[in-house]
Amino acid sequence: MASGAQGAKGTLYRGREGMWSWVAQRVTGVLLFFFLFAHVLDTALVRVSPHTYNQVIGTYKNPVVNLLEVGLVGAVMFHAFNGLRIIAIDFWSKGPKYQRQLLWVVVGLWAVLMLGFLEPMMQHTFHEWFGW
Amino acid sequence: MSTHVSLEPPRTGNPGRSQRYRSRKGPGKVTRGNFELYSWLFMRASGVLLVFLVLGHLFIMMVTDGGVEKIGFAFVAGRWASPWWQFWDLMQLWLAMIHGTNGMRTVINDYADKDRTRAILKGLLYTAAVLTVALGTLVIFTFDPSIKG
Repeated sequence: MASGAQGAKGTLYRGREGMWSWVAQRVTGVLLFFFLFAHVLDTALVRVSPHTYNQVIGTYKNPVVNLLEVGLVGAVMFHAFNGLRIIAIDFWSKGPKYQRQLLWVVVGLWAVLMLGFLEPMMQHTFHEWFGW
Repeated sequence: MSTHVSLEPPRTGNPGRSQRYRSRKGPGKVTRGNFELYSWLFMRASGVLLVFLVLGHLFIMMVTDGGVEKIGFAFVAGRWASPWWQFWDLMQLWLAMIHGTNGMRTVINDYADKDRTRAILKGLLYTAAVLTVALGTLVIFTFDPSIKG
């Protein structure tokens, strides 16, 4: 296929917002699937004993896992908002026309919420690291 | 510059086109009916519900009231004392697992080229999914706040 149609801007959609949002939706989706699998297993420990459950959950309460949790929330929120964008593209008559603008709405909403949630999610870590 | 690209139809199929593919292939070939259409629709319907269920879950667990520091057996016991949160978690478990498994099915179909590799990966996927949903459901329904230990 010739890539000359749109020159440096890429082909029909390859390498542009449409492709990268598709890649990000896949990558976050696969990560979330594996997380979900692990999360059902760790929660199942409540059927073993309170001690076992608290012990395992206790290993999550450190700054490194806390950062991973922030990443998890980031992945979930991107997958959720971009998923709604996909639904808009599929069902809203003007969706395909505004798909690119919708992606920037997704990214903007994501950034605002991540910034807002950062302090409440990382309170303990901030306290440990900086004494805040 | 032009690159030669050979295009094959996607192995996950195309929503709403399954009938057409079938008739092209002739009788006796792949007959999946409208499965891919329902799969596509399910991803959207469950997706909308999951936005509320999962973002609500994360907000309560990780944002409010000191974040994850509060989570422990006592916290879980407090929440599952209410049928509302039991139902919430049950819906979340089932919808997220089916949504995630169906997404993984698409990913496997896209990248695993050999028939045998695809069959093995999907076998593993469905086994893991059924066991996870069964375990999670059992845990929600049989949770005992006064368990010893």
